[in-house]
Order: sequence, then C-alpha cells, then structure tokens
Amino acid sequence: MSFEVRVTKALGDAEIATDFASDAPLTALVGRSGAGKTSILNMIAGLSRPDRGRIAVAGETLFDAATRINLAPETRRAGYVFQDHRLFPHKRVRANLLYGAGRGGGWIGFDDVVALLGVGRLLDRWPRTLSGGEAQRVAIGRALLSGPRFLLMDEPLSALDNARRDEIGALILRIRDALRVPILLVTHDEREVERLGAARIAIGD
Amino acid sequence: MIALTPDEWEVVRLSLKVSLVAVAAVTPVAFAIAYFLARARVPGKLLIDALVHLPLVLPPVVTGWLLLLGFGNNGPIGGWLNAHLGLSFMFRWTGAALAAAVMALPLMVRAMRLSIEAVDRRLESAARTLGAGRRRTFATVTLPLSLPGVCAGLVLGFARSIGEFGATISFVSNIPGETRTLPLAIYAALQVPGTDAQVFRLAAISVTLSLGALIASEWLARRMGAGQGGHVL
Repeated sequence: MSFEVRVTKALGDAEIATDFASDAPLTALVGRSGAGKTSILNMIAGLSRPDRGRIAVAGETLFDAATRINLAPETRRAGYVFQDHRLFPHKRVRANLLYGAGRGGGWIGFDDVVALLGVGRLLDRWPRTLSGGEAQRVAIGRALLSGPRFLLMDEPLSALDNARRDEIGALILRIRDALRVPILLVTHDEREVERLGAARIAIGD
Repeated sequence: MIALTPDEWEVVRLSLKVSLVAVAAVTPVAFAIAYFLARARVPGKLLIDALVHLPLVLPPVVTGWLLLLGFGNNGPIGGWLNAHLGLSFMFRWTGAALAAAVMALPLMVRAMRLSIEAVDRRLESAARTLGAGRRRTFATVTLPLSLPGVCAGLVLGFARSIGEFGATISFVSNIPGETRTLPLAIYAALQVPGTDAQVFRLAAISVTLSLGALIASEWLARRMGAGQGGHVL
C-alpha cells in the first residue's frame, strides 16, 4: 500500500477522524473546506501529532501510537507542496530549489527538475516577484529535489486561473507517470479528481 | 576639523571599547532570552520577562548599586568570578562594560523578540519537511529572517551603552582612563567652574558619535534590504 492512514485528532471542538488506504499512484482527499484535509497532510508529514492511530507510507511506519513510533518531519522524506507555497523569502529561486537537495537519496537531478517544471528563467528571481503559478512550480520543484519517497500536495490547483490549472494539472500527471512517486493530494473540487484520474477518498462526511 | 587632545582621545577610545565589548558580550545573551520569550510556553516566562526589563524601569543608580552588591569582589557572583577566572569588575573598565550591558539588555531583547515573533513558523515547518533538523532550520530560516531585529537591537544596545551614566558611576565610580566614559567625562567637567569649552567639545564628540552610529545603521539596513524586502543572506 502506498498510503495507510488511520488517525484521530481533536482540534478544538471538532475531531478529525479518517481511515483509508490507497495503492493508487495518485490519491485525492476530497471534502469541503474545514473538513480537516490539510490537518491530515500535516499529520502525514509529521508537522502535527495525531492523538491515536497509525500512518504508514510505502510500507514504512511513520507514526504508530500503539508502538510509540513518531518519526521527526525531517526523517519522513515527504515532499510537501503547501497550499501557500512557503518559499523562503530570503533565498532566490535557485537556493529555494536546492534547500532540501543536500540530504542523500535524491533520485532526480537539478537540471531534470528545472527542465520538467520549466523554471530555468526564474532561477535568479526572488520569491516575492513570482506569480502564483510560478511559485507553485518552484514549490513542486523544491519538494522533488529533496528526494521524497512520496508527495503531499495541498490544493495544488485551487489558486490558479484556468490556463495555469491545466498546466499544473498536466505537470502533476507527468510527475505521476515519469517519476513513479506516490502522490496524495487534497482538493475541494470533485472535477479535479476526475481530471487527474485520482483515487477518491472522502473526508469529513 | 579640530584635533582632539590626548585626554579626549582617551575618553573616546574608552567609551568605544566599553560599548563595543558590552554589546558584543550581551548580544548572544539577549538573543537567547528573546528567543526563549518569543517561543517558550512555560509558566515562569512572565517573571523572566519582568526581570529582564527591570533595568529599564529602575533608577539607574539602583541598578548600579545592585551590580555592586552582586558583582563586587565580595559579592556572590563577583567573588566567584574573581576567585576562579581572575575577572574583577571593581573600578575597572570591565565593570563599566558590565553596567552598560545590563542597561542595554532590555532594549536589545525587545527588538530581537519582536522580530523572532514575526518569523513565519510555517516556513520553519517547510524546512523540516525538506530534511532540515531543528538546528539547520534555526540557522537557515529563523536566524536570517530575524536578522533585521537583531541589527536593530545591536544599534539600540550600542546607543544605550555609549550614553550609559547612572549605573556606571554608582557601580565603578568615575576614574579617568578606566571608567570615565564620555557621559562621565562631561559630568566631571560640569563639576568644575570655567570648563564650558571642554564641556562643549565633549558634547560635540558625543553628538558626532551617536549620529555616526545612526547613519551607519541606516546605511546597513538599506544595503541589507536591497532586492529582497529587508532580509540579508
């Protein structure tokens, strides 16, 4: 199984509870906003700790309340593409892309990522000068260059205009087919699930 | 340009030495306290916050007297330092630097704390998912993003140090060549009739030094801000 996630976590008054497993190359968590989709990504990435449950990705246990396994985020090898990109404002695009490239196990080279994402002419720019689509591509490239074992993408298409949406959507499919890294993405838009041919997991109903 | 007399040079050199040593020594302490106050979630925080700010609200004379009690050669801290490290503060420039450092601490902590609190913690999370441990995240994200506040703290601390008077004079007295910094030299000159010209010259030096520090810091801030919205590195 690529993703096996069974977690519960109390967040204020609400409780997030989910239980799914998927072996699809591309899996989509679908649900209205506020349903806790991003919280689930954060738990898988190790940025927040579930109250109970177990998380395993590609056969490796990342979190298990029963056996007290809880890997630090930096050892989980998640390629997390945040909805707000989170590019480092004090580093140029090139340094952003290379930030996670130092750790061993990288399986894709800098030049390949630059070519795949078409960010060659952005390398010397500062993040604040990028458009939404450009920042999205740099964020994806940064995640890929960190040698991830899986990708987490939070609403990768939602903030983009139609042209950009098609472009990034095609890019995600290319990553799925060419790089063979399991992808878990979050969306509130059923049409995106269809367009990307993703396995659909409903959250929060 | 009017040349300075040897005595005036001595005062200027001593003032700069005391202030630079004070700021250099207190900067890591101030940053550590600022980081703790910005980030830690522990019950004792308010007390530490209040203690750090004490020199800002106490009469400086009281701060100087407390330093005398604590760091005098018979004081609990001063006695230990003297016995084990041979470090003495009494009537020495090191004591003036200590007084300046303590007085500068709250201002530096405030400036640094604000900028640490302003660092977007989501960027730190992003660094962690990219394989950076806590230390690397601190060194490559938290520290560079809080650098403008650190620099502001340095300038404030230096300005406060170079103007420090009350705590210094009550802690280590007013000894020419050892603890007589600019403000103390001006005070000493004011005690003697007919020294108007001397006071004027010292005051002019004081204004020049402070103005120079301000301009230098402004220039530094602009250079740092070039291209990327106020951040260096």
